[in-house]
Amino acid sequence: MNAPSDPEARAVDEAERARRQAEVVAELSTHLPAHALLWQREDTVPYECDGLTAYRELPLAVALPETEEQVAAVLAACHRLNVPVVARGAGTGLSGGALPHRLGVTLSLAKFNRILKIDPFARTAVVQSGVRNLAISEAAAPAGLYYAPDPSSQIACTIGGNVAENSGGVHCLKYGLTLHNVLRVRGFTVEGEAVEFGAEALDAAGLDLLAVVIGSEGMLAVVTEVTVRLTPKPALARCIMASFDDVRQAGDAVAAVIAAGIIPAGLEMMDKPMTAAVEDFVHAGYDLDAAAILLCESDGTPEEVEEEIGRMTAVLRQAGATRLQVSESEAQRLTFWSGRKNAFPASGRISPDYMCMDSTIPRKRLADILIAIAGMERKYGLRCCNVFHAGDGNLHPLILFDANDPDQLRRAELFGADILETSVQLGGTVTGEHGVGVEKLASMCVQFSPEEREQMFALKRAFDPKGLLNPGKVIPTLHRCAEYGKMHVRRGVLPFADIPRF
Amino acid sequence: MALDPALEPLVERVRAAAAAGAQLAIRGGGTKDFYGEAVAGEPFDVSGFSGISSYEPTELVVTARCGTPLAELEAALAAQGQCLPFEPPRFASASGARGTVGGTVGGMVAAGLAGPSRAAMGSVRDYVLGATLLNGRAEVLTFGGQVMKNVAGYDVSRLLAGSMGILGVILEVSLKVLPIAPATATLRFEMDEAEALDQLAAWGRQALPLNASAWWDGTLVLRLRGAYAAVDAAIARLGGELIEPSFAGTFWQGLRDHQDEYFAAAHAAIGASAGHAAPCALWRLSVAPTAPPLGLSGEQLIEWGGAQRWLCTTTPAAQVREAAARAGGHATLFAAAVKTPGVFAPLKAPLDRIHRELKKAFDPAGVFNPGRLYPGL
Repeated sequence: MNAPSDPEARAVDEAERARRQAEVVAELSTHLPAHALLWQREDTVPYECDGLTAYRELPLAVALPETEEQVAAVLAACHRLNVPVVARGAGTGLSGGALPHRLGVTLSLAKFNRILKIDPFARTAVVQSGVRNLAISEAAAPAGLYYAPDPSSQIACTIGGNVAENSGGVHCLKYGLTLHNVLRVRGFTVEGEAVEFGAEALDAAGLDLLAVVIGSEGMLAVVTEVTVRLTPKPALARCIMASFDDVRQAGDAVAAVIAAGIIPAGLEMMDKPMTAAVEDFVHAGYDLDAAAILLCESDGTPEEVEEEIGRMTAVLRQAGATRLQVSESEAQRLTFWSGRKNAFPASGRISPDYMCMDSTIPRKRLADILIAIAGMERKYGLRCCNVFHAGDGNLHPLILFDANDPDQLRRAELFGADILETSVQLGGTVTGEHGVGVEKLASMCVQFSPEEREQMFALKRAFDPKGLLNPGKVIPTLHRCAEYGKMHVRRGVLPFADIPRF
Repeated sequence: MALDPALEPLVERVRAAAAAGAQLAIRGGGTKDFYGEAVAGEPFDVSGFSGISSYEPTELVVTARCGTPLAELEAALAAQGQCLPFEPPRFASASGARGTVGGTVGGMVAAGLAGPSRAAMGSVRDYVLGATLLNGRAEVLTFGGQVMKNVAGYDVSRLLAGSMGILGVILEVSLKVLPIAPATATLRFEMDEAEALDQLAAWGRQALPLNASAWWDGTLVLRLRGAYAAVDAAIARLGGELIEPSFAGTFWQGLRDHQDEYFAAAHAAIGASAGHAAPCALWRLSVAPTAPPLGLSGEQLIEWGGAQRWLCTTTPAAQVREAAARAGGHATLFAAAVKTPGVFAPLKAPLDRIHRELKKAFDPAGVFNPGRLYPGL
């Protein structure tokens, strides 16, 4: 399916690769201390993949610069030698965005791990790109502030990686994505020239380049420093756990909450198989009979939360909730969330492997996609658990399989591609927050026309004329899409709309 | 997919212009003709491509064509108890005729301007979910979508917000919308500039439903917006003088649309000093919110918790730009009789190069709005 590197890189033989490696190592060793440059196989193996372990590749070398001058020098040297550069944070990404290039250098920002400034009055933090997401909130806590986007991997993932992926989390319907919470990034162009996008102010002169750099998966610039917006910590948060005996009803309940003019702090759904898996793992007392469970959170001042919880409860009851529980303490609220937050490890316990999908659909199509996925379980002979950022339509089906069985891996990949294409047909997108990386390259052929993909390539060339920053990711070539052989589907428009599909 | 027939004349016009080396000045409602650099090219009226294509209140998403009057869009949202939370300004049309007063959806996105609630609620680009673009190769391209979370490919649709039409015609946009908050209240305080800036920063650290602020001439006005309970609690906590709602509503609307006393006086001063050796100009200084008073002479109005400072002044451009840069931001020559100092702050070397390359990537023949954002772009 998705070959990890482009055919051109594959075509270079081992002898030529060794020559290029010697060349780039010799050059980089003049700019980096010995301990900051890895190129022996045993040293580079830990970098061969990111959170998407199905694809692996060894880079020519791994550079671990400690200063901005070193980052600039590495980039300038690679640019001169025409060597691709793959920037890397914590390597927790789920789409292979940090997968090394066979003829490239992996540029680890791991040593850029300092929090430079917390400004409680401006409500900003200036941090280096290798700082962990959660570390920002921990450092801001004494000032009563936090960094709102909270991807599940927030203990480990870095802010630089969040910028690359435009990461979300469970609270982004109310608090926004990375894009909405980053004011400025500082970094380097592919040529090694210092550059800043955004500002300490709320806007910057000229085109809003920050908006396109965020979410560009390391293909436009290398980020070394990020200014994030901090949010005052709400005085209180409470969560409602509601059971539904029908997924369609649960989906309608989500729409009803929004229709009532409520923007919950978090709105999450788990289906029955997922609930069973997480209950077995965390023992939180989830309703195992429910077809779907909704978690609906309110935060703010105590008065505000009471008002909102009242309105939410009324709407959910009206929508047919069979059981409603409101958290009475912070401990209980965290218990409600424990299962949702542990959906991935819980899946790891009930299956040797799982593949996590990440498509987004319009909320109203939730039941449609769940019913379609149930059909796919039969078609591909594999089980699937579903967790869903219901508030913003982002679905995470977890396809369970055993990678030791090549046929199961093949079926799991087909299953995944089928979910993504169905999501596009329902008016959605192939990735809501995990990024395209290498994993969803083929699915991009379905979502975008050749002209749209070429426009994105042209955009990349404006930043990176030689195409050296993380090449081969995100945008598939015409050739690749021709090989994949699936047609481009207009969003929300089925090629044959009258054929029954699920 | 077959092209929407309504688009064919627009696509044809662009194809012909690109082939002939002609230039087009994109025009919707024409209410922001005063904004930006002078533009070259034949007028290219896109206001006929109009209408709300889809609106799903429970999805919090609306999709509208570029020529849709802002008033039409906002009325459709209000009927469902929803709104554009960033309060785009609605300027009066220069001609004042043809019912185009108030601007269009395309112009709103292209200008990227936001109103009093910007600091609390975000900007136009924060609400753009997707866009369809007619680029300089006469291709109709769609980026983003109608869903809240979407990281498939580069975020081209958000790049269009504030692009002043130089990358192409924004044909259609999908926007996130929000419910209108149940409660609003306005408080008034007497305080000087430095005290107001300190106070705004101190309040900003707390979980208060602050939605907008304006300081002018020794008076700070604060708008609270949110749940009833939250607004009531904040009123009790903050003190100040509670302003009568209809009076407050008129004030905020005037501020949003640049029709209140401050802006009226600024425009009068610009008109009166036209032709003088040191004419008056209206500057928009976008700075770090906690930047201390800038100490420039002229009439000042401070919004966005300190992050946006309007200045009507005769101070030379270089001095204004330097002060803005020191304060962590930049200065835009928002309205002036003469725009020789350049409307938008000059770009540093790598950014300038990227801008020029991006222009070529979207509009290789230089068809659209030449010079409107920066000379030569």
